[in-house]
Amino acid sequence: MSTIAPEDITVTPELLEKYEAVIGIECHVELKTESKMFCGCPNAFGGEPNTKVCPVCLALPGALPVPNAAAIDHMIRAGLAFGATIPPHSKFDRKNYFYPDMPKNYQISQYDMPLTQGGVVRYWLEDGTRGECRLTRIHLEEDTGKSTHASADGRLAGATSSLVDFNRAGVPLMECVGEPDIRSADEAVAFLETLARTFRQLGVSDVKMEEGSLRCDANVSIRLRGATEYGTKAEIKNMNSFRSVRRAIESEIARQIRVVESGGRVIQETRGWDEAAGTTHSQRSKEQAHDYRYFPDPDLVPIDVTAETVAAVKATLPVTPYEHYVRYVDEYGIDTKRATQLVDDAPLAAWFDRAVEASGNGQATVAFVLGDLSRLANESGTHVAEGKVTPEALAELVALTTSNAINSKAAKQVLETLWNEGGSAKAIVEREGLAQVSDRGAIEKIVDEVLAANPKVVADYQAGKLNVMGFLTGAVMKASRGKANPSLAQELLKEKLGA
Amino acid sequence: MDPIKDTAVSIARAVNAKEAAAAEIAEALIPHVSRVDAQLGAYLQLTPELMREHARRVDERVRAGETLPLAGVPVAIKDNMCLTGTRTTAGSKILEHFVAPYTATAVQRLLAAGALPIGKTNLDEFAMGSSCENSALGVTRNPYDLDRVPGGSSGGSAAAVGGFEATLSLGSDTGGSIREPAAFCNIVGFKPTYGRVSRYGLIAFASSLDQIGPFARTVEDAALTYDVIGGHDPLDATSVDRPLEPTAHALREDLRGVRVGIVKEFGLGQLDANVRACYEAAYADLEKLGAELVEVELPTAEYGLATYYLVAPAECSSNLARFDGVRYGLRVDGADVGEMYEKTRAAGFGPEVKRRILIGTYALSSGYYDAYYLKAQKARTKIAEDFARAFARCDVIASPAASTPAFGFNAKSDPVSMYLMDYYTIPVSLAGLPSLSVPCGAVVPEGGTRPMPLGLQLATPLFTERSLLGIAHAYERATRHAEKLSPVEIAAA
Repeated sequence: MSTIAPEDITVTPELLEKYEAVIGIECHVELKTESKMFCGCPNAFGGEPNTKVCPVCLALPGALPVPNAAAIDHMIRAGLAFGATIPPHSKFDRKNYFYPDMPKNYQISQYDMPLTQGGVVRYWLEDGTRGECRLTRIHLEEDTGKSTHASADGRLAGATSSLVDFNRAGVPLMECVGEPDIRSADEAVAFLETLARTFRQLGVSDVKMEEGSLRCDANVSIRLRGATEYGTKAEIKNMNSFRSVRRAIESEIARQIRVVESGGRVIQETRGWDEAAGTTHSQRSKEQAHDYRYFPDPDLVPIDVTAETVAAVKATLPVTPYEHYVRYVDEYGIDTKRATQLVDDAPLAAWFDRAVEASGNGQATVAFVLGDLSRLANESGTHVAEGKVTPEALAELVALTTSNAINSKAAKQVLETLWNEGGSAKAIVEREGLAQVSDRGAIEKIVDEVLAANPKVVADYQAGKLNVMGFLTGAVMKASRGKANPSLAQELLKEKLGA
Repeated sequence: MDPIKDTAVSIARAVNAKEAAAAEIAEALIPHVSRVDAQLGAYLQLTPELMREHARRVDERVRAGETLPLAGVPVAIKDNMCLTGTRTTAGSKILEHFVAPYTATAVQRLLAAGALPIGKTNLDEFAMGSSCENSALGVTRNPYDLDRVPGGSSGGSAAAVGGFEATLSLGSDTGGSIREPAAFCNIVGFKPTYGRVSRYGLIAFASSLDQIGPFARTVEDAALTYDVIGGHDPLDATSVDRPLEPTAHALREDLRGVRVGIVKEFGLGQLDANVRACYEAAYADLEKLGAELVEVELPTAEYGLATYYLVAPAECSSNLARFDGVRYGLRVDGADVGEMYEKTRAAGFGPEVKRRILIGTYALSSGYYDAYYLKAQKARTKIAEDFARAFARCDVIASPAASTPAFGFNAKSDPVSMYLMDYYTIPVSLAGLPSLSVPCGAVVPEGGTRPMPLGLQLATPLFTERSLLGIAHAYERATRHAEKLSPVEIAAA
C-alpha cells in the first residue's frame, strides 16, 4: 500500500471525478406552535432563562406529558406536502440517555411508528438543475434545554460549572430523515432550502437558522463513481447554517478521498464540524454509540389519525414552493434566479400570480415585478403586495407595453404614477398623453426636422461614423416628447440617410 | 360524632349539617395523631397548619351554604403525591428535602371536596416494596401488632387509617401496594381501573400500572372517596375520558344473582391451614349471601410475577432517570457531570430501587429488549385475555389479597420472597382491573400473640367499579370482620 499521508494528498478535480459522494440528510426543525409539545408553556424563542417552564417541562416528580394537537396537525401537513404516507396508528417512544439539558433524561420521540412515512422532496439548484431526495420519515419529538458553560469562552473545556436554561426544553421538534439520495454539497443545500421554504409556506415552522430552529446532520460516504455498494459513512454534526452545511460536506468528502487515496479506510463515526477550522473532527466511534433503550412511552396513548383527517388536511394544502418554481420556469419561461426570488417571497409570489393571471404574460410581468416595481417598493420601504399598484393595473401596463401602445420609457412613468396614486394604467396613459406614436407620417415629419437641424451630424454619419445614429434617434424621441415608437424612428432615419 | 372513630360518611354529614365544625375536628385530630404516630410512624410529615387552614375554608364554605362530600374528613396522603408547600419525598433520600410546587390532581380533588390534610405518609422508597421497610426515611409499624410490618408500599397510609390516625387516606397501587397493606391493616383498600384516577402529581414508579386509590374503614367510605377523586383529567393523557358512575349510592346488601369466580390456579393448598380456613369461610359467606361460586381458569396467571418484574422495572429505570441532581433534590458534587450523576444516585437511591433500575435497564437494552420487555408485554396481553375469558363466566373474582397476614420486621430478607407477597394482586394489576381488599377474618400467626387481619381480594371487569364496590359492601355488611379487631392501645405519652 501507499505510504503517503492523507494530508499530503491534494484533492484535484480528477479525484473528485473519480469518487462519488453519497449523502443522507437528517434535520431537526422546531415547529411553530403556541405552546410546547407536552405542556402549556409558551413556545417562543429567548427570554430570561428558566421563565418559560412548568412542572412538566422541568420534569418535576409526578408531572405528566399531554401531547399538543397542533403539533400533530403540523406533522401531517408537512408530511402530506411531500407526498408522505400518514399511517393510521402512530406512537411516542422514550429515547433514554443522560444529558443535563434534558430534564427527564429521556426524550419523548418516535421510534418505529412515526407520524409520517416516505415522501419525496423535489428541489432545484442555483443553476436550474432539478433533483429529488426520498424521505424515510418525519417524526415528532421534543427539544432539549440549552447549556452554558461557565468558562472564558463558553466551552465545556475549562469550565467549572454549567448553567442550564430550560426555556427551549419541550419545544416541539420534527426530525426529517432523508434517504441517501444526495450526491453533492450543493444538492444537500438545495434539499434543505426546499424543506425550509416548504415548512415556512405551510406555517409549520419559521425555520430561523440563527435561532437554531433548523439543525442538520449529514451522513457522508464516498465510493468509486459507478460503484453500486455504499462506502462506510461518517455522520457530521453541528452545522448551523446552509453555508456550513456546504462547507462541512465538501470538507468531509475531501477528507474521505484523502483517507482512501492514501490507502486507509473510512471508519464509521460521528464527526463534529468546526466552523473556524473549516474541518470535521472525530467525536465518537460506532463502538461508543449510545444504547437508547427505546420503548413505548407509557405516559402517552397511541396516536390515531383517521382517513378523514388526512383527507381534510390534504384539501387545505397550498401549491408547494417547488410546484410554484416549476410553473414559473416551465410555463412562464422565467429564469431560475428570478423564479427562486419569487418563490422565496410568498406574498410577492401570490401578488405576481394574480398579475400573471390577468396579463397572461409571465416573462413581461416578472420583468416589471422584480424590476421597477420592486425598486419602487424598496425605495419606499413598502412591500409590493402592500402598495397601491394592483395586480390588475400591472397587467394593463403589461398589455400596453407588449402591444406597443406605449414605449418602455412611458411604461416606467406610468408605473411610478401607479405606485404613488394607484388607479388604472390605461387611464394614466390617456391622462398624461403617453400613448406611443406609431404613425409613419407623423414620425417622418419629425425625422425630417431633426435631419434638417443637424447637418453636421448627418455629414458625420455619411462619412461612416455610424454611432451618431443614437444621437439622432434620441433627438427624434425628444422632439416627440418621448412618444415616438423608437424602432420606427430609427427605421425612418436609416431610410432617409440612405443607409 | 367522634372525629377519630367515625366514618367519612358520618363526619361529612355532621359537618354539612353544621352539627360539627371542621375546625373542631382538626383540633381533635392534631394532638391525637401526634401522640399515636410517635408509636406507629405512619407519617413522614404532619401538616397541622395546612389542616387548620383547610378546616377554616371548609367551615366558611359550609356556612356559605355549600355541601361538600368530604366536609371535615381527616385524610392522609401517601408521600409520593405532590401537595403544594409540603415535602414530597417518595420515601427516598434523593427527594428528602424536595418541596412540591404543585398539587396532584387526586389530592386537589380530595381537598376541594372538603377533606382536611393531616400529613404525608410513609412508603417503600418510590413505592417499591410490600412492607414499607424499603423506606429510607422512617419505620412504620402495624397498628395491630407493633412488631409487624403494615405492608406496602402504601404502608403509612394503611397504618394511618387502620390505626385511627386518619379517616381516609390515599395510596397508590402498582402491583398490590394498596390491597396488600389494606389486608394487613384491617381496612378496605381499593385500586380502581387503570386510568380512572389521574396520575398527575403522583411520582411515577411504573406508569402503565400505577393507580391511585383510597383506603377507608368501610367500603362505603372508599366508594365516597373514589367518587371524589375519579374521572378524567386533561393533565394525564392516560386518564380515561368516560363518565364516572357514582358508586357510593349504588351499594347493595346481598349477592343474589352474582357469580363469584374462584381461580383454579389460585388454589388455597399452599396456604397455612388457619389462613386457608379463613378464606374457605369467606367463599362460603359469599355463597350464603346468594352468590354462585364458579371455578374459573387463569392459566397464564402464574407468569404474572415474572411479567411484572420486567415491565415495572423497565418503566422505573426510565421514570427515575430524572433524579439526577441537576434541577432539584439531592446533589452530590463530582469532578464532572457524569461523576455528579453517579455519586448523587449512589447516595440517593436505596438497594431495592437500584436493583429495579438495573433489572429494567437490562431488560430494555439492545439485544435483550425482544427477549424480555417485548415478551413481557405479550405475556401481559395474554393475562388480560385470560381475565376477559374468565369474566365471561363470572361477575367477580375472589382470592386472597396476600398469602399471609402481616409478617415481622426483617422476615423477608430475600427480595423474591418479598415479591411473592404480591402473587395474587399482580395479575390483576397487569390486566388493569378494578380491585379491592376487604377484611375477611383474622388468624394468630406463628410466633405472634395477637390475631392479625386477612383481606379478601375482589376483582371485576374494567370500569365496573360500581359492581365491585356493591359486592364488597354486601360482603362487608354481612360479615363485619373489621369491627372484630381493635388496634393496639397506644398509651398516652
